[in-house]
Amino acid sequence: MEKVQPGLSDVSISGDIPVEGEITVPVGSPSHDDEYSTLDEPVKETILRDLKAVGKKFGHVMYPKKSTTLLRDWDLWGPLLLCVTLALMLQGGSADSKEDGGPQFAEVFVLIWFGSVIITLNSKLLGGTISFFQSLCVLGYCILPLTVAMIVCRLVLLGGTGTASFIVRFIVVVASFGWSTFASTAFLADSQPPNRKALVVYPVFLFYFVISWMILTFSPSHSNTGP
Amino acid sequence: MENMDDTSGSSFEDMGEMHQRIKEDEEVSEEAAATEEGDDGEFLGMKGVRGQLGRQVADEVWQAGKRQASKAFNLYGNIDILRPYFDVEPIQVRNRLLESLIPVRIVNFPQKIAGELYGPLMLVFTLVAILLHGMKTSGTVIREGTLMGTAIGTCFGYWLGISSFIYFLAYLCNAQITMLQMLSLLGYGLFGHCVVLFVTYSVHFHSLFYILWLVVGGLSTLRMVAALISRTVGHTPRLILCGTLSALHMLFLLYLHFAYHKIVEGILDTLEGPNVPPFQRVARDVPEVSVALVNATVKTIGVALQSY
Repeated sequence: MEKVQPGLSDVSISGDIPVEGEITVPVGSPSHDDEYSTLDEPVKETILRDLKAVGKKFGHVMYPKKSTTLLRDWDLWGPLLLCVTLALMLQGGSADSKEDGGPQFAEVFVLIWFGSVIITLNSKLLGGTISFFQSLCVLGYCILPLTVAMIVCRLVLLGGTGTASFIVRFIVVVASFGWSTFASTAFLADSQPPNRKALVVYPVFLFYFVISWMILTFSPSHSNTGP
Repeated sequence: MENMDDTSGSSFEDMGEMHQRIKEDEEVSEEAAATEEGDDGEFLGMKGVRGQLGRQVADEVWQAGKRQASKAFNLYGNIDILRPYFDVEPIQVRNRLLESLIPVRIVNFPQKIAGELYGPLMLVFTLVAILLHGMKTSGTVIREGTLMGTAIGTCFGYWLGISSFIYFLAYLCNAQITMLQMLSLLGYGLFGHCVVLFVTYSVHFHSLFYILWLVVGGLSTLRMVAALISRTVGHTPRLILCGTLSALHMLFLLYLHFAYHKIVEGILDTLEGPNVPPFQRVARDVPEVSVALVNATVKTIGVALQSY
């Protein structure tokens, strides 16, 4: 008599055994049950919360480590703030101040936003895993060092426009340009296939280079010294 | 993967349509199931057959419109259309940049032209950046528009416009080249322009510019011309196509240099006089340049008025 080895294929239920009961998936109680929805809170709290989030991200940009905070909770308030600040400060910096005041603000604004869009599209086309708005967020936040450099340059320019001031401004702008590029690559490069990082970094380099160039060649308008 | 010569037409549209049809079938069956259930419940509570009919017609129209719009968007708004043209490695880009200055002598067999858009696009943006640098250091003041707009318009206009024009001529002359290859060829040809302008905007020697214009500009033009000749049959078509391309390419470099440098020359002569050798590199700050420009212009106008 052969022994039948009990194996998995031998499992069978003889007869029809009806199975009864309820299948429910236990749903955890909603986490905001005890808090009111954010629509009811005072405006001051909303603004403070958003400002704190923006401030936290500024901190991440100034000390770039490989963290995912900028990517996870992306927002566009910070970039907008920085862009408007930079554009306002770069305004009115040429010979005919009354004619060039308007276009310069628009120029910087359009440059920053369209530049970011193009870099994002480029990184997506090269096979990046980052989403559109996340990339815009990172590029916008990494303008912070350049904005700081702009403030420093304006302060230095108050003291005169000689060679010494030019050298100081040059060093400050180059340092902040390097910082910006390094910070943004720390966030962006991880989302790319490893052998294509250079292809993504180059447009970022060019973008911050153009902005740095605009900051470096900025000179405050002075009264017309006609004959 | 190298992008080979692909003249098979827009196959992505066929694939897109197939996917869209499959999705539509699923959606239609879902909608049919939903409206069946909905109808049973709502019919009793409605005003009557007329109200129900009107609502259904409106629904159908809306769904049809939505389907058409999403079909069109998925087909043409999809960024994945451009994805194959950006499929490059950094080392390939570097090699193509260097090869764009080395003419290849094969004219009896069609030369291989890479159909890629990353390199040309980056080169156009680099050219824009270099032009901005040149405009700022020469103190160009643009009244009707902005520096940025002019630079971007010039570079992109050249790349897209001249590519289209040469593609049109190639079509007339029966040359075997696709639009993508033409864009790629001309884009890489801008590498020579970038190099020349970068050097001459930093070091203002006139004779250096002419030498570089002939050598570097000439090499990149020869490369493009050789590629086109290898794909065209007949002497006259070759002459027309290549003559036009060479003329436009070389003249563009000449234009880029002179349009933004004349002002610099004028100021140097006015400020320092004829005794100083005119081609010295002077580190100067932009506001002084602009003030000097205004002074020089007014002086010239004054002199011109006096002589009349």
